[in-house]
Amino acid sequence: MTVYITDTSNYQKPMLEINQLHKSYAIGDSSLHVLKGIDLSVAKGEMVAIMGSSGSGKSTLLNIIGMLDEADSGEYVLDSVTIKNLTEKKAAIYRNKFLGFIFQSFNLINYKNALENVALPLYYQGLKRKERQEKARFHLQKVGLLDWQTHLPSELSGGQKQRVAIARALASNPKLLLADEPTGALDTTTSSDIMAFLQQLNDEGKTILIVTHEEDIAAMCKRIIRLRDGIIMEDKTVTQVRAESHV
Amino acid sequence: MFDIDLWREIFQSINKNRTRSLLSGFTVTFAILLFTILFGLANGLNNTFSEAFVDEVSNGVFVRTGRTSKAYKGLQAGRRIQLKNQDFSFIEKDFDTETEYIASKVFKNITASYKNKKNNYSLIAVNPDNQYVEKSKVNSGRYVNQLDIENKTKVVVIGKLVEQEMFSRVSALGKNINLSGISYKVVGVFSDNGGDDEERIIYMPLSTAQQIYGNNDYLDQIDLTYNPNFDFNQAIDFGLDLEKKLKNRFNIAPNDQRAIRVFNMALQNKGINQMTSVLGILILVIGMGTLIAGVVGISNIMIFIVKERTKEIGIRKALGASPKSIISIILIESILITTLAGYFGLLAGGGILEWASPILKTYFITDPSVSKSLVISATLTLIGAGTLAGYLPAQKASKIKPIVALRDD
Repeated sequence: MTVYITDTSNYQKPMLEINQLHKSYAIGDSSLHVLKGIDLSVAKGEMVAIMGSSGSGKSTLLNIIGMLDEADSGEYVLDSVTIKNLTEKKAAIYRNKFLGFIFQSFNLINYKNALENVALPLYYQGLKRKERQEKARFHLQKVGLLDWQTHLPSELSGGQKQRVAIARALASNPKLLLADEPTGALDTTTSSDIMAFLQQLNDEGKTILIVTHEEDIAAMCKRIIRLRDGIIMEDKTVTQVRAESHV
Repeated sequence: MFDIDLWREIFQSINKNRTRSLLSGFTVTFAILLFTILFGLANGLNNTFSEAFVDEVSNGVFVRTGRTSKAYKGLQAGRRIQLKNQDFSFIEKDFDTETEYIASKVFKNITASYKNKKNNYSLIAVNPDNQYVEKSKVNSGRYVNQLDIENKTKVVVIGKLVEQEMFSRVSALGKNINLSGISYKVVGVFSDNGGDDEERIIYMPLSTAQQIYGNNDYLDQIDLTYNPNFDFNQAIDFGLDLEKKLKNRFNIAPNDQRAIRVFNMALQNKGINQMTSVLGILILVIGMGTLIAGVVGISNIMIFIVKERTKEIGIRKALGASPKSIISIILIESILITTLAGYFGLLAGGGILEWASPILKTYFITDPSVSKSLVISATLTLIGAGTLAGYLPAQKASKIKPIVALRDD
């Protein structure tokens, strides 16, 4: 078990601290043990790839970290806040305050235009409309899509949709960015663009967790964690491969 | 608390999902439209009925006499039966508990004159109870009272229209009116719901008329009201009993239909009542039927809407929406649509009824309207049902783990 010492002087508090995390799913009468005791610590500013074949539990782990799903047992501390027995309301507040999500299928709301999609997490933060739109425009500009702000998701390309989703994830200024196969639905060039952008965000200090099964995507991170059958097989720091931006 | 952003979200959702909104709105509009039209038609039918039978006192019994049609107990057929004061007393005494008010009447036709005006009216001599039997309302002055009966005073109580026609715009109270040569003092003016004819009557004390117009104690008719606590069967039995006793009193054959005629409103009322209660049940069935259909429709749509929005709910939750905000956004949207749609249904239904009203008159449907409060409560029922039907799946949706909702493709 990892011993966590509070030392205020020099020690950088981990952004994420997970101890002995277990998760099972009921499948009919039997139950499937997906996570079998995960220990993980992620410091601020890291860019971590979580790899593994399908069924290895990588998405489950990301969902638990993202408070989209609950662990059966184990400890989870996010930025010094213990995440346990959350009420729906509390979880909603934490998700909004701490986390930004990037999904493989973008998950934009189809009847809202790009700007409105980006502004949505700010709405749940209770910001005023003017302020929301201002911030949303700032983030859209950051992903280079300010000219597309009034377009509906159906009028955007895959890469553009994902960039809108990234802008949305950034809008609430989260401590942690969680990306579930962010390039899974994109072609190589676009994937490279998205990764370059994520690397740029990481350079600016954002902590990013990426679930992927693609080696070249993982290689663009700074640390690779390999999962197999619900346990961590390998956890290594790598030299980051810089993605080529085509934008 | 008014949250403009919440409403903006809702209006956007309604506006951008027009098919869905129109579909659910249409169900409600159609249900309320049907409800209004069917209820209106049934009400119109009901109106026709009550209009036809509204006039007389509902618990009245009227005793009239004629000539015997059958020989009985050695008496010849064709004998004239005459009611007298003692018969009135007999009924009053023998049916004390069964009767509420009892009035005897003598009818005369007279020519009334005041100053240079002249007109024919029917004069009815009555005792004080007649006011209650006829349900006349005294507008000014008083009715015939017991003192008038005892002193045989020469006073009259005139109908509202008599006052209007004879006295123009002046109050008739205290004026003397000449009735076929004899002068009477007007002591009261009355109105009656029974229509114009009922307000063209002049009442005077029974005893006065009996002395002046015949110097006898003859009565033309005895009107009474039965105990209002009677149900229809009790009232009908009372009428039959009264008829039997009177026939016995006058030595009339029990099967003689002409000599004594007891007209009992209870008989007529029973028929009307059965008719209206059947109509009432029909109305209720129709109303409930359309409402249930509407409720089922809106419930289905709400379940469908929540199902359709599962993914959106998941996204919103991942972005930090609280369960409460998820429920309120879905519910307020459905309530808004239901209310608006219900209002359209109400307008359309009312419009159609109004437009069709003259045509329907031919088919015995009078004034086929529905009370606003009824339609509003029907709409509220639908809103309530829609809310309930929406709340359960919305609440369920708000509790879905976002990850499950997000996987829902």
